[in-house]
Amino acid sequence: MGDGRPRRHNRLVLFGAGIVAAMVLLALGAGVVTPYDPTEMKVVDALKGPSAAHPFGTDRFGRDVLSRTIHGSRIALGVALSSITLAFVVGATLGLIGGYAGGWPDLAIGRLMDIMFSFPTLILAIGIAAMLGPGLDNAALAIAVVYAPLFSRVARGPVIAERAKDYVAAALALGAGPLRLTFRHILPNVLAPLIVQVSISLAYAILTEAALSYIGLGTQPPAPSWGTMLNEGRTYLETAPWMSIFPGLAIMLAVLGFNLLGDGLREMLDPQLRGR
Amino acid sequence: MRTLSIVPALFGVSIAVFLLVRLIPGTVVDQMVGTEGAYSEESMRALRSFFGLDQPIYLQYGRWLGALLRGDLGMSWRTGIPVLQMILSRLVVTVELTTAAMVVALAIGVPLGMLSARRENTALDHAVRVVSLFSLSIPVFWQATMLILAVSLWLNWAPAVDFVNPWTDPLKNLSIIALPSLALGTAVAAVFMRMTRSSLLEVMRQDYIRTARAKGAHERGVLWSHALRNSLIPLITVAGVQVGYLLGGAVVTEEVFTLPGIGRLLLWGVFQRDYPLVQGTILFISGLFLLSNLLVDLLYAYLDPRIHHG
Repeated sequence: MGDGRPRRHNRLVLFGAGIVAAMVLLALGAGVVTPYDPTEMKVVDALKGPSAAHPFGTDRFGRDVLSRTIHGSRIALGVALSSITLAFVVGATLGLIGGYAGGWPDLAIGRLMDIMFSFPTLILAIGIAAMLGPGLDNAALAIAVVYAPLFSRVARGPVIAERAKDYVAAALALGAGPLRLTFRHILPNVLAPLIVQVSISLAYAILTEAALSYIGLGTQPPAPSWGTMLNEGRTYLETAPWMSIFPGLAIMLAVLGFNLLGDGLREMLDPQLRGR
Repeated sequence: MRTLSIVPALFGVSIAVFLLVRLIPGTVVDQMVGTEGAYSEESMRALRSFFGLDQPIYLQYGRWLGALLRGDLGMSWRTGIPVLQMILSRLVVTVELTTAAMVVALAIGVPLGMLSARRENTALDHAVRVVSLFSLSIPVFWQATMLILAVSLWLNWAPAVDFVNPWTDPLKNLSIIALPSLALGTAVAAVFMRMTRSSLLEVMRQDYIRTARAKGAHERGVLWSHALRNSLIPLITVAGVQVGYLLGGAVVTEEVFTLPGIGRLLLWGVFQRDYPLVQGTILFISGLFLLSNLLVDLLYAYLDPRIHHG
């Protein structure tokens, strides 16, 4: 299948990894690299277009949109990492237990996950976030809940396949308990598809957090979340479009980075998909 | 059999939606009276009893489910109007938006995917794939916002404020729904494009295609009468999943374009703390999702004779 595609693909993965690395660096160093305090208001500078002093312009309170956009990467990454870590731990554990134990635990976990899959993702996230109350932590929790079933499903299949293999029988014969067997022997062997799922889910999580914040259920003002900034920009779409353009571009780049990384990891880790 | 399998799914969803309200800190009564000054312990108890909160949880669910089976989703706390009636009066907007968006997505995604597969590894293929990757990474509400910005700047056109039913004034309706469906549909087009491309490439490598070519069939004939039908089968499964994305995306799209659909009703209910309305809309939208997945499965069985549902 060769003919140059692998190389092109590597370039795309590197591009994705570059975006993610740049975003992580910007998020870590936001306090140092941003020209202004993201929440500092200066009403005389309100709604100014892009200029040398404010490359991304200012919002209705005169806050620097560039500084807010850079600080926004902290919230986006923070929510994505915390929610997907939680989803991974809970989902993968349930999947491992179900796949390993079989029988009624598997059936019960499977039914529970089926119910979660019966909801459109964003609708369920809105429902959970709405009931818990608007806010960053509750939005992260809602995102974790809606993406946990994905990890459960991704973990379960390979566990069943691994369980039937000889090395598991050998470990059992040597006296390994079910916990040791699952986490020490089986987990490392089913990790590859889970890692791919993590990367792609981080992209979903950033999109979901942005949507929740946009409709007012996620990060609350004055915190500079990209979704919140886009919400604030709505009223000024025609007079100050920069308020709506730059945070959206930031979301797109961040999501693109994780999508490219996920695509590339899948090709690297899953030989069956190579060349598609 | 498959048709009946929607019943346990709906049952599970109803339990989840019922329990969703239990996530509220405190009880709904605390939430209701919390902002409206002090109430005596006695009137709080009366309120709890009115909402049946003093009963065991399974009895509460049973009562709720019983009403649900009679088509009673409860009353909206804010308007006093039955929730189902409020939903049904907005149903046409959401169904039209998601259906039109699905048409847009298929009309853009499938031909582009075919083109990309036919010209595998050419500059055109690469361009289409890169565009689709970008498209997958754009939040639908931002895409909608940028679309509004573009048409208002370049065409000096503003989206209409009031929704008009398609049967009242089809042209006006089209002018209102076109932009939102375009915004929502293009977001899903990329998924269809990628799926069509990989599925068509897979099919084109199979033996029966080689046979068709060997017996001298035209390349175009091979594509249209041999490969396409089989390569579209996995696309149908993807379409079923994407209905969920469209229904979720409809919420934010309706919000951006101020369309009076079920999605905006849900958001209104959320911020009014109108819990029966929130429960009802979530249940209804999920029901639509399950129903469309059922239709997709039936279509799947119809198109692929190897699959039979009992």
